[in-house]
Amino acid sequence: MIPPLVRPKPKNPILRTRLPLLPPWARSRAALGLTAAAALGRFELQVCADCGTVQYPPREACHRCLSGTLRWREQAGIGELISTTTVYHSQDSFFRERVPWHLGLVRLDAGPTLVAHLHGGCAPAPSRVRIGARLDKSGQGVLLAFPLGEVPHMADDRQLREMTCDPKFRKVLVTDGKTQVGQAVVRALIAAGADWVWVGHAEPWKKFAGFAELEALPQVTLLPLDLTDSGSVKQLAGEIGGKVDILINTAEVHRAHGIASRSGVEVARAEMDVNYFGLLRLAQEFGPVMRARGADGPSSATAWVNLLSIYALSNYPPHGTFSASKAAAFSLSQCLRAEMRPGGVRVINVFPGPIDDEWNQLLPPPKLTPEALAKALVKALRDGVEDVYPGDVAQEWLTRWQESPKTLEREVSL
Amino acid sequence: MTANSLISLAADLVSGKIRVIDLTQTLSPEFPPIVLPPEFGQCLPFRIEEVSRYDERGPAWYWNNFSCGEHTGTHFDAPIHWVSGRDLPNNATDTVPVQHLIGAACVIDCSAEARADPDFLLTADHVRRWEAIHGRIPARAWVLMRTDWSKRSDPVAYQNYDETGQHTPGPATDVVRFLIDERNIAGFGSEAIGTDAGQGYHLKPPYPCHYYMHGSGRYGLQCLTNLDLLPPTGAVVFCAPLKIKNGSGSPIRALALVPG
Repeated sequence: MIPPLVRPKPKNPILRTRLPLLPPWARSRAALGLTAAAALGRFELQVCADCGTVQYPPREACHRCLSGTLRWREQAGIGELISTTTVYHSQDSFFRERVPWHLGLVRLDAGPTLVAHLHGGCAPAPSRVRIGARLDKSGQGVLLAFPLGEVPHMADDRQLREMTCDPKFRKVLVTDGKTQVGQAVVRALIAAGADWVWVGHAEPWKKFAGFAELEALPQVTLLPLDLTDSGSVKQLAGEIGGKVDILINTAEVHRAHGIASRSGVEVARAEMDVNYFGLLRLAQEFGPVMRARGADGPSSATAWVNLLSIYALSNYPPHGTFSASKAAAFSLSQCLRAEMRPGGVRVINVFPGPIDDEWNQLLPPPKLTPEALAKALVKALRDGVEDVYPGDVAQEWLTRWQESPKTLEREVSL
Repeated sequence: MTANSLISLAADLVSGKIRVIDLTQTLSPEFPPIVLPPEFGQCLPFRIEEVSRYDERGPAWYWNNFSCGEHTGTHFDAPIHWVSGRDLPNNATDTVPVQHLIGAACVIDCSAEARADPDFLLTADHVRRWEAIHGRIPARAWVLMRTDWSKRSDPVAYQNYDETGQHTPGPATDVVRFLIDERNIAGFGSEAIGTDAGQGYHLKPPYPCHYYMHGSGRYGLQCLTNLDLLPPTGAVVFCAPLKIKNGSGSPIRALALVPG
């Protein structure tokens, strides 16, 4: 039985805020393969290319035939829960604050036996379970044993919530509510149980479609926020920065130009000013206070989401300057991720293909709807993944990019 | 005349017999810029970034870098700004004759009309009625259209957009021709975000004040404030732009001298 999450009581504002700690984070280079897969929401193990053995923990060579040719392969994760343990005392600072902590020994049908964090919905051993990989507060891949089927309040499990960023009962800032994507994200967050949603909007004199509907939502507070204005970002961080649990940066400028199709640099500068410098301004003002609140009770600061683009991976020449600005933002997000990690705040990057909006008017389908994008974003928060490639186009680009960045560059420049 | 009148001007400024009125809106990131359709190039709003403030970035000094378009805040439009004035001589901020940048101000009070109708258009007949009371507009004077629009401190009210676009007062086509052809003025100033009305695109020609004023080598002043503190006649306005090489305009510190 998982006790359902109840709305946390308002925090007593005169109490000290608990400082964030991280679970053990050291990993071998080989073991980071598990993290890389978990960042995408996948459970992968090393499989020996020569003898087919599935092995855990990750090593440099196959423990059976000593082959060095090991491939990371996605696993179904089904296995037998052999035994369980509850830890009541820990010498580790992170787990000392979180005991009792439940662990289980699981023998995978694929072969290896492993120790995993135990979801509270698992039946007593022996029972059938499914191993999934998650990122813990340190950002490293860990294994969690889940019940085979859905159980009530599955997402509310206390141990699971240390590895996810569920928006339920949380306070969220969406930096731009003027776009269809921004509005779809706001609606998806409210449907997912977010408590408050602050919604930024720049240039308030420009009316935008959907303003009245947004304003009518009881969870929504519309606030002026212009990512090109350092003072505006600083002002808002001063007002609400200490309460933002999840920041979702949906603000972007997107114009469909390469280098030759638009003379001058002003359009590219405008893209860079919002897509790159806007992220930098937000990170400088909201980053430190969110990082300090990474362990602030049941509704701590937990995630920072960037709306990037699949074009961040490889330049799409018809939208060349936009691609470059998103590549810059992608690079900066990696810096932000490193700087947020000590606070246990996850940085999630969303890499959509073309969105079905006015700036992609001339691109043929398939295009990602704002609603599908918002759904993928909320799912990423719930699953606690780090990199999201929503939609067919993004998935296809990702696969091609992983296979050969140079081949993809040539393909999209034809 | 000249030496003595300047000495007495300086003395009057010290004694307060002549006062200086600031006609300038404060340059700040919140002050709204002109808006064009998003596929066009845009005028950058005013932005400011701190370089140092007695800290590790510069221990004993405070300073900022700012950026903005030439047409940001209270600003000056040179003839080269518009296509109609593109080939005139001395048409840019660095070449306009500085003699033109100080002159008599004729302030036409349209505040009641603008309050009643945000799309109010000033006509030649209106100006003739003004002249019947205050006298003929002298050559090379600056005609300033007082609407009290600058009192709209909320940027949303100042911009005044609805689904059909912007609604701000400005001159009709006939008054622009009248002021150029029959009064030979130096330039036209307004309190709203353009010298033309918010709906000026729908006049003939589109944006007549820009088209004709700049096409005949005259200047524009926009986003003026405190025009309600000026007398209808008798004030002198100072409106020099920054000396930007081949610039189309510039933010200015517009000042007026008025009798104390």
